[in-house]
Amino acid sequence: MLKDRTVQVVFAGMLASIVLGYFIPDWVMNQLMFGFSRALAVLGLMVLWRTGLVSFGHAFYYGLGAYAVALLDIYLGVSDAFVRLAAAVVVAGGVGWLAGFILRNYRDIFFAMLSLALSMVLYGILVKTEALGSTDGFAVSVPTFFGYKPEGKYALFVLICVVGAFSAAGVQFYLNSTLGKLTTAIRDNEVRVEYLGYSVAQAIHVKYVISTCLTGAAGAMTAMALGQVDPDSMVNWTASGELVFVTILSGPGSVIAPFIGSTVFELLRTYAFELVPHAWQLIVGGTLLTIILFLPGGVWSLVERFMGTGKKT
Amino acid sequence: MNATHPILTVKGLEKSFGAVTAASDVNLDVVPGEIIGIIGANGAGKTTFVNMVTGYLQPDAGSIQFEGRELVGFAPRDVTQAGISRSFQVSQVFSTLSVYENVLTALAIARSPGLDMLKPMLRPDLEARCDEVLARYQITDYRDHTVSTLSQGVRKLLDIAMAVVSEPRILLLDEPTSGVSVEEKFDLMDIVIGALREDNVTVLFIEHDMEIVERYVSRVVAFYQGKIICDETPAQALADPAVQEYVIGIRADAQAEGG
Amino acid sequence: MDALITIVLDGLQYSSYLFIVSAGLTITFGVMKILNVCHSSFFAWGAYTAAFFIGQFSEMGWPDAFGFVIIGLSAIVVGLVLGLLVERGLLRYMYERDEVLIVLATFGAFLVLEDVILLVFGVNPYFAYQPMALLDSVEIGGITRDVYGLSLILVSSIVAVVCWYGLNRTKWGDILKAVINDREMSVAMGINVTMVYIVTFVGGAMLGALGGAYIAPTVSVTPGFGIDVIVLSFAVVVIGGMGSIPGALIGSVLIGLLRAFTVHEFPQIELFVVFAVMAIVLVFRPEGLFAPPKQRKI
Repeated sequence: MLKDRTVQVVFAGMLASIVLGYFIPDWVMNQLMFGFSRALAVLGLMVLWRTGLVSFGHAFYYGLGAYAVALLDIYLGVSDAFVRLAAAVVVAGGVGWLAGFILRNYRDIFFAMLSLALSMVLYGILVKTEALGSTDGFAVSVPTFFGYKPEGKYALFVLICVVGAFSAAGVQFYLNSTLGKLTTAIRDNEVRVEYLGYSVAQAIHVKYVISTCLTGAAGAMTAMALGQVDPDSMVNWTASGELVFVTILSGPGSVIAPFIGSTVFELLRTYAFELVPHAWQLIVGGTLLTIILFLPGGVWSLVERFMGTGKKT
Repeated sequence: MNATHPILTVKGLEKSFGAVTAASDVNLDVVPGEIIGIIGANGAGKTTFVNMVTGYLQPDAGSIQFEGRELVGFAPRDVTQAGISRSFQVSQVFSTLSVYENVLTALAIARSPGLDMLKPMLRPDLEARCDEVLARYQITDYRDHTVSTLSQGVRKLLDIAMAVVSEPRILLLDEPTSGVSVEEKFDLMDIVIGALREDNVTVLFIEHDMEIVERYVSRVVAFYQGKIICDETPAQALADPAVQEYVIGIRADAQAEGG
Repeated sequence: MDALITIVLDGLQYSSYLFIVSAGLTITFGVMKILNVCHSSFFAWGAYTAAFFIGQFSEMGWPDAFGFVIIGLSAIVVGLVLGLLVERGLLRYMYERDEVLIVLATFGAFLVLEDVILLVFGVNPYFAYQPMALLDSVEIGGITRDVYGLSLILVSSIVAVVCWYGLNRTKWGDILKAVINDREMSVAMGINVTMVYIVTFVGGAMLGALGGAYIAPTVSVTPGFGIDVIVLSFAVVVIGGMGSIPGALIGSVLIGLLRAFTVHEFPQIELFVVFAVMAIVLVFRPEGLFAPPKQRKI
């Protein structure tokens, strides 16, 4: 596994980030934290996209992860980052496993719409329930690490880098496995895959659960980095839309792509808001159209072109 | 297994789609090693029969017994795992992948039970076998070509090759030569039947071209409106008046039909 | 009793304008297999255009009744201009591509058009109440209702009848149904599918714009106008089935009445309910209530 070039780059990137993180100013580290957290969700969406499925409702799992952290904090006083993360993954993955039984039978726009509907049902519940924070959400206390309570956010940053790197490596391993490679075959001809002896529904179910676990982790990380959770920025369909946008922006070419694309998006957002606050939608829309029409491989295809090789992963 | 004991027993198969009867009291015993030709006009129920045996459709009534197991209720993937494979009238291949990747995918699925699915697809044992299969079906020349760029004939061979990698005991071929040019038909069937005979696979194939049927089969089963109207040797079948009328279309007052 | 009448009338009113918006969306979805997110923009542009011009002409002293003419013209012009812009400028390059990718492209177009509204019309609200004030109000069962709101029901009924007639009694309707059913075959039959796409899309855009234009006099038109409606029309279209006008009708009535009921009786679950219904319908009828027929694969 370590012989895989992509995995090598991933871990090199992780080490570089951890080292650099010690020296860069706080606001840069914050950008990277949000970027890398979201990248996990994008990684999850990428796994689905390679099968030909786009979920318009993944904010559902993002929200589950984030709210799992918040509720554990508020009602049980759990502050340990590892416990919070694990809980988020278990909740998001568990719900994803259940929802997967239904969703695995849908394709194309119906998959997208049903995902959207389910996520909006959660949104509706959150917004109208006081005990779950309603529209205000909750503040999340600073995470601790096996009892150690850090001064700044560096410890969390390191955690995010490590989790991100191992997730990317894990997905890379998965994509090279037979089950992962079936992704393209399924997208091409489902009937044949069935006739060759494998259950397409099961394959999709597995991919779905992987993506929900990753997205739940992303939500948890963001909740801890941000220090708060709320339905509008995390569970609403606009949040799902944002995740899909970043997925398209990043491109499906590599497990590294989501990290680059997500960071680009973070930068874009910060500067766009500063320079042209009323034209944010125009920029996002315009970028989306440009990518879809002219750069279908996303930002990653630019990276590949720049490196001259066009890496196959 | 006893040479004359049937490997596949179909009893009383029934299937209707609304007013259309696709199968009516279909009974068939298949002995291991046989090569059977299935003939009949379009819409007679041949593909529906194959679809039911392989689990793509469920019959309204009847049973399909394979090596002592009841297949009715199985999904296509279960039927394949049990030992029956099929090819398709319109080749069902992965058109965005190369020929090599197509066969590799088929092999990988056949040889990765349970958690083996998490093993890398590009592994030496599969890759070696892959090249063997390509050579067997004489499509090695097209190894790295994307399937969407290939001719019908090559696609058909690929389709069949993929069905065979799971080492089935029975192979159902749905019009293996349809869409293939007249010159290539015999070449294709020579390759396919030759390879299958070597492995002792029992074959049933749907075919409209009577010359092909005569040349390769030991037994002909003719369908008409969902019923089997004839189950004899090729010579007997071609002389059978029912077959002549309902399949070949020789009637005193009619124009040529079928095929 | 009062509450019931209010709910029913509110529901029917909401269903009416939801139907006008959804009819265009479902036909586009059925014919072109595209779930057009920027339909919301047609709606918003129709509303802004109508509101703006009603205000202008009112200031110039034109009679209030002229407002209705403006509404109609806004619908036609916005539908034509934006419809052609989006179809010829974007969609025609995307027909060969993945269904969901096309939806994302329309989402991109929607975002762009939303901000262009800000650039053109500014951020301040428009309130062109004149046509509504003109029609005054009436009493039904002891409750005062705006006649304008009731006229909405009339307008959408006309739209429904015209759609039904167009689809079932004209040659154009046959052509549309043929393309909905099987595009390749239609091309083989000599149907100019490109033209069908253009006309369908523009027609749908006009209906979307009409929905916005007609509703404009009843509310304050502000940025972000219509996003709720569009999400609900998606629900209607998905529930009703691709390309089905009867489906859109039933879906609109269902969602409209449901929404009216929950807004009045259980405001907490308003948002939740519509999506829950959509989820339920999708689970039991994955292709919607009136799904297009499917072809045999192997």
